[in-house]
Amino acid sequence: MKIFEKMSRIDRRYIYILIAAVVIVPLLLKPKLPIIPTKPVKDIFDYVENLPEGSNILISIDYDAASMPEQQPFLEALLRQCFRNNLKPVMLVQWQLGAPLGTQGLEKIAKECNAEYGVDYINLGYRPGYVAQMVGIGREIRDYFAVDYKNVSVDSFPIMKNIHNYNDFALLVGLEAGATYLLWVEYAGGRFKQKIALALNAVSAPDAYYFYQSKQIIGIVGGMKGAAEYEMLENKPDLAVAGMASQSYSHILIIIFIIFGNIAFFVEKNRMKKEGGK
Amino acid sequence: MATIIGIWIAAGLTLFIYSFLYKDNHFYKFAEHLYVGITAGYWLIYTWAYTIQPMLLDPIIKNKEFILIIPAFFGIIMLTRWFPSISWLSRWSIAFTVGIGAGLGVTGSIQGFILPQLRSTILPITGFDFATFNNLLIIFGVITTLVYFYFSKEHRGVLGQGAKIGMTFIMIAFGASFGYTVMARISLLIGRIYFLMFDWLGTIF
Repeated sequence: MKIFEKMSRIDRRYIYILIAAVVIVPLLLKPKLPIIPTKPVKDIFDYVENLPEGSNILISIDYDAASMPEQQPFLEALLRQCFRNNLKPVMLVQWQLGAPLGTQGLEKIAKECNAEYGVDYINLGYRPGYVAQMVGIGREIRDYFAVDYKNVSVDSFPIMKNIHNYNDFALLVGLEAGATYLLWVEYAGGRFKQKIALALNAVSAPDAYYFYQSKQIIGIVGGMKGAAEYEMLENKPDLAVAGMASQSYSHILIIIFIIFGNIAFFVEKNRMKKEGGK
Repeated sequence: MATIIGIWIAAGLTLFIYSFLYKDNHFYKFAEHLYVGITAGYWLIYTWAYTIQPMLLDPIIKNKEFILIIPAFFGIIMLTRWFPSISWLSRWSIAFTVGIGAGLGVTGSIQGFILPQLRSTILPITGFDFATFNNLLIIFGVITTLVYFYFSKEHRGVLGQGAKIGMTFIMIAFGASFGYTVMARISLLIGRIYFLMFDWLGTIF
């Protein structure tokens, strides 16, 4: 019985050390675990893959540094797929602090794929407004984004020549750390019938599945696991794939903690009941 | 060289923050305060560079779009909340914002949430395949969950049983959310440890 009593009062720092160990060791040893793409992720990949060359894809950066490990790998995998298929990403930002992350990802992959700014892709930067902006883009994107992220008129770039509103985007991809995706679904999807794909932080992902079931979005990339699946589909394993072994082993450890914690709780409860009955 | 200095600063601040896991300390507090300060500064610069300048000042000065003085005025009187004697002025701006929000919200909710979700709950339940079973499960889950939130009658008898089943569905949803939350937090830890192991230690070894 004493072991359970001790277990229920274990110093939390031992748990932190164990978690750190199961994250660090797989990153060093790099064990190969199977990563099988799920349907919601594959649906996005296939949709993008089948778009005609030259299609414009609106990418909304709605996350910040706190979500970088979950969102950045997907952003890079998606951009690689876009440039490989001659699709044209148009990036905009709803979360101010996400602007440098989006720019960093876009410039890195554009350089890797020899894409030309203003011709193959464009970065419109951050604008405030959320709902007003989302509804406004349905009329004319220039009402909000007359200039790009460097304050250069968007009309000076060939890519923007035929872009005016949602009708000119084959897909809207939202990379979401909070609840901004609800507004995209509500206004861009509900009002303007824009096709939407969402990459959500794992915390938000379960709340968005009902939009997938109702076909309001074409697919979901949920957290680092979803990003790893996308990297596998794109055939370019990167940070997300590297982290999946750590992810799996730490989940096993947490499951063990939950099981032991519950056993200890019930044993202790039983013991106290018996002692109280004496 | 600048990149290496940046990596060292980032690594140092990461370790400062993680030192809280041992116990609260001055290094953690320093990193926390620095983060809050930098975020506020960053926010201010972005608001100036991407909102006030391109959407207000430049159009007024360069394009003579004087109509923009009206929203600018409403924006400024929002700040009168700091001065009790004239704080009533801010209600005009708030009324404007609430009016737009409510107007957009009502139509947006109906078009974007209520109708599509209702439509996706009206599912075919004829047949003996897995899809039919899935549809039945969705319909059953929606009805029992709604029963759980029906508070106009005491949860007894059939209503009580329905509410209990509804609560089970809600608990399953919470379980899924908890699982995903664990995954999210571990992902963040992986991201930081990956940075420390390969980016930071990579500059040393």
